[in-house]
Amino acid sequence: MAQIRTVDLTKTFADASGGVTALDSLNLTVQDGEFFALLGPSGCGKTTLLRTLAGLETPTGGAVHIGDADVTRTAPGKRGVAMVFQDYALFPHMTVTENIAYPLRVRGVSKAKQHEAVLAAASELGLTGTETTVGLLDRRPGALSGGQQQRVALARATAANPAVFLFDEPLSNLDARLRLEARTFLKRLQRELATTTVFVTHDQAEALALADRIAVMQSGRIRQLGTPREVYRRPANTFVASFIGSTPMNLLEGTVRDRRVLVADSEIALPEGTAGAVADGTAVVLGARPEYFRVSPDPLPGAFGGTVAVAENLGSSLLLTLDVAGTAVQAVVGEEDEPEPGAMLWALPRQDRTLLYVDGELVG
Amino acid sequence: MARTASPAAAEDPAGLGRARAAGIAAPALLVVLAFLVFPALWTLYLGTTNYRLTGHAARHPRSVGVDNYTTVVKDPAFHHSLWLTFEYVIGSAVLGQALLGFVIAWLLRDAGGRVKRVIEALVLLAWILPSSVVAFLWSALLDRDQGTFNALLHTQGTAWIVEHPMTVIIIFNIWRGTAFSMLLYSAALTGVPPTQLATARMFGANQWQQLRDVVFPHIRGHILTNLLLISLWTFNDFTPYQITGGADSRSQILPVYIYQTALFDGQMGLGAAIALLMLVINLVVALVYLRLLRDRRLERVA
Amino acid sequence: MKISPRSSAPGAVVAKIGRYTFLSVLLGFFALPMLWLASAPFNAHPTLNGSISSFTLHNFSVLLKDPYALPSLWNSLLLAGGTALLTVGFAAAAAYALSRVRVPGRDGILYALLLLSSIVTGTAAMVPLFQLAFKLHLIDSRLGVILVFTGGLLPAAIFILKDFTDNTPKSYEESARVFGASPFQIIRHIVLPMIRPGLATVTVWAVVNVWGNFLIPYILVRNPDKYPASVVLYTFYTEGGQPNLALISAFSLLYSIPVIVLYLFVSHRYGFRFHGGIKR
Repeated sequence: MAQIRTVDLTKTFADASGGVTALDSLNLTVQDGEFFALLGPSGCGKTTLLRTLAGLETPTGGAVHIGDADVTRTAPGKRGVAMVFQDYALFPHMTVTENIAYPLRVRGVSKAKQHEAVLAAASELGLTGTETTVGLLDRRPGALSGGQQQRVALARATAANPAVFLFDEPLSNLDARLRLEARTFLKRLQRELATTTVFVTHDQAEALALADRIAVMQSGRIRQLGTPREVYRRPANTFVASFIGSTPMNLLEGTVRDRRVLVADSEIALPEGTAGAVADGTAVVLGARPEYFRVSPDPLPGAFGGTVAVAENLGSSLLLTLDVAGTAVQAVVGEEDEPEPGAMLWALPRQDRTLLYVDGELVG
Repeated sequence: MARTASPAAAEDPAGLGRARAAGIAAPALLVVLAFLVFPALWTLYLGTTNYRLTGHAARHPRSVGVDNYTTVVKDPAFHHSLWLTFEYVIGSAVLGQALLGFVIAWLLRDAGGRVKRVIEALVLLAWILPSSVVAFLWSALLDRDQGTFNALLHTQGTAWIVEHPMTVIIIFNIWRGTAFSMLLYSAALTGVPPTQLATARMFGANQWQQLRDVVFPHIRGHILTNLLLISLWTFNDFTPYQITGGADSRSQILPVYIYQTALFDGQMGLGAAIALLMLVINLVVALVYLRLLRDRRLERVA
Repeated sequence: MKISPRSSAPGAVVAKIGRYTFLSVLLGFFALPMLWLASAPFNAHPTLNGSISSFTLHNFSVLLKDPYALPSLWNSLLLAGGTALLTVGFAAAAAYALSRVRVPGRDGILYALLLLSSIVTGTAAMVPLFQLAFKLHLIDSRLGVILVFTGGLLPAAIFILKDFTDNTPKSYEESARVFGASPFQIIRHIVLPMIRPGLATVTVWAVVNVWGNFLIPYILVRNPDKYPASVVLYTFYTEGGQPNLALISAFSLLYSIPVIVLYLFVSHRYGFRFHGGIKR
């Protein structure tokens, strides 16, 4: 059990053009027992951060603390961390048992103790046989399904009995259906073990679903740090706003005038709590999630009025793209509504859920 | 996917460190330096001496400057040998092995069953049997009085090896080395997308048009690599010596000529000078092929 | 469905006949020289043509009594085994180091060595190799022959094995490292087992190369007791100075059997073909 702390952590990679900053003076604390997500697009530095915590990368500057110890210069094997790689890195020439026992084998633990630990970890992860299923312990990784491989990798990490788990895109190698199952399983496992866990993902839904807190990263910096609720409800800047949410947030450029935002030939009420914070004439970006619109075939005051350009069926709902004076505005309506393309609609954003950004930063 | 931009190309995943890496690479590099690089450089020096296998010059070799080289370059025997070597390389490797290897690979590409297995096995056996054995097999085949070949053709009394030594070693080397080209082209042909061939066939392309328009553009790199390797191997091939015995100047390709000069006649300095010229020719051949290969890569980028 | 008008029946038949004629000629060309190897050893009065007049195993019993025949196979085995061992061991270590630790210009150097080896191991360096062996007192020494072979085979062996390690994901090693394995544990537990097919390829290739090579032992070995089979084959002469066909044919067969067995094993187990990489 341990807390993780980074102090001014910096990592640059040399390249032809002089150097790429993968981590830019990061200060970050992950609490003991926390399930922590590093979220961001490709190349944002999240994997570098994870690998630096593991000791696989040596930082250019700053320090890493795990528990009470400064581990910046400590070898990866001596940090008390266990890492699960994106491709699981199960050794193909070893059986499941040998794979799970490997962390103990390199520590010189006796065969009997190894066996005990393997059984414990395997049953925790549901790898031992039951009356109706066959155990997987004697198979080789090549003979396992993707989901089974993932559980073996988790079992191996568990058997190492680490203070910290590090997961690199733990779910990305599973197909869509299995991924949801594995997600639930992973969250339950982390709750039961209560081991500090840091995981990397580029999938915002995964981060929202699993993490206690999320760090959204871009270009080696943390753009927002908060609980899934905070990050989803109040993205601190337009980068986070556009990254979080399965249907992207409408980010519409406009100007403030008289407690309203003039945008796409429409006049929308300022978000709650921002009145007076922004002077008239200021260029702003209005953020409104498609989920929080009231859509009506009849004119609504303070709403976007436009024609339906595209209607995409999302199953339980419908995502409409409205053409509002040449600007695309997206809104979600219930499954019972089925507007025809070309139909005229009015979409009113919920004032308590709209957001205002000036120079890309959240106001209020 | 998100991994692409991250440092997946991280160096040294096992934490070996430079010192230990150098340590475990050292034995191989030392052996290569001592028994490959050094002899190659030593050839340079030897070529400038009058070093002999026996006699006074064996104990006290003397520098003779570039005399050896001028002697060699002016020597008609060397010219003759060089010419024979080119005949040998062009005839047996470039035209023989590469062409036959491709034809076999092409004809058998989707053949199955026994015919393919038997032909492949025979071609491969010819390649992997010890050179001393195959030399005897061919001597037996072509023997003047009792050879199978004469018996088949009813030409008893024809001493093929004596009468047509170059033709014999060229055909012998085609027989001996076609396997490599066959294997390489078989592998290359599996990389030609079947859908492209099917498309060409659908438009009515005949075999030759399919080869020219679909197959060759795809395997051009393989062809060049193949030609480079088999040219170099054939250039340095010593096996003909085991068939002809080496004394007959009508079939003295360079490796045999060097052997005769340096170790049989004992003129080691002179032999080294020829060897060096041979190295240079090899190098030029290699560079030409590599240049062609690189041009092809650039074309791809463009 | 008829796709191409060109594959109409008469043309197709001609093409098929042409194809089979060609394949038959091919078969004859490659099989003919080998007939002698299959027949002469069992012939009581071996001649150079392939027919068997009377079956016998006498030739082999003569061979068993020859003072050089069987020992020479043993010598060949020692040379091939020793070279394979050194080549695989050294090449694996070097290939791993070169694959995983950045050395400036490593690919260029490796390619240059590869080129050099394909040139030098033939004949160009026979004079300095002889001299080198002479100066190091490695004439008539098995170790000398093994080292010369190893030096020639190493560049290609490193090339092949580096291809294997380059294609092995680094996450395996990193994973083991995070679990606390030392670099040498990682090599032993993870890397070597993962590149086993490559090690097998290089072993077979080194053995076949040494087993069949005539020139290097011919130059470096003077003592007949140490001749490998490739050289001994040239020492079987009758008292009249004629090649002793009985011995030569029987010995050729004995000498070839290991290679044939190796071929059958490899082609049965893995299929004898190139996969992707095209390095010899």
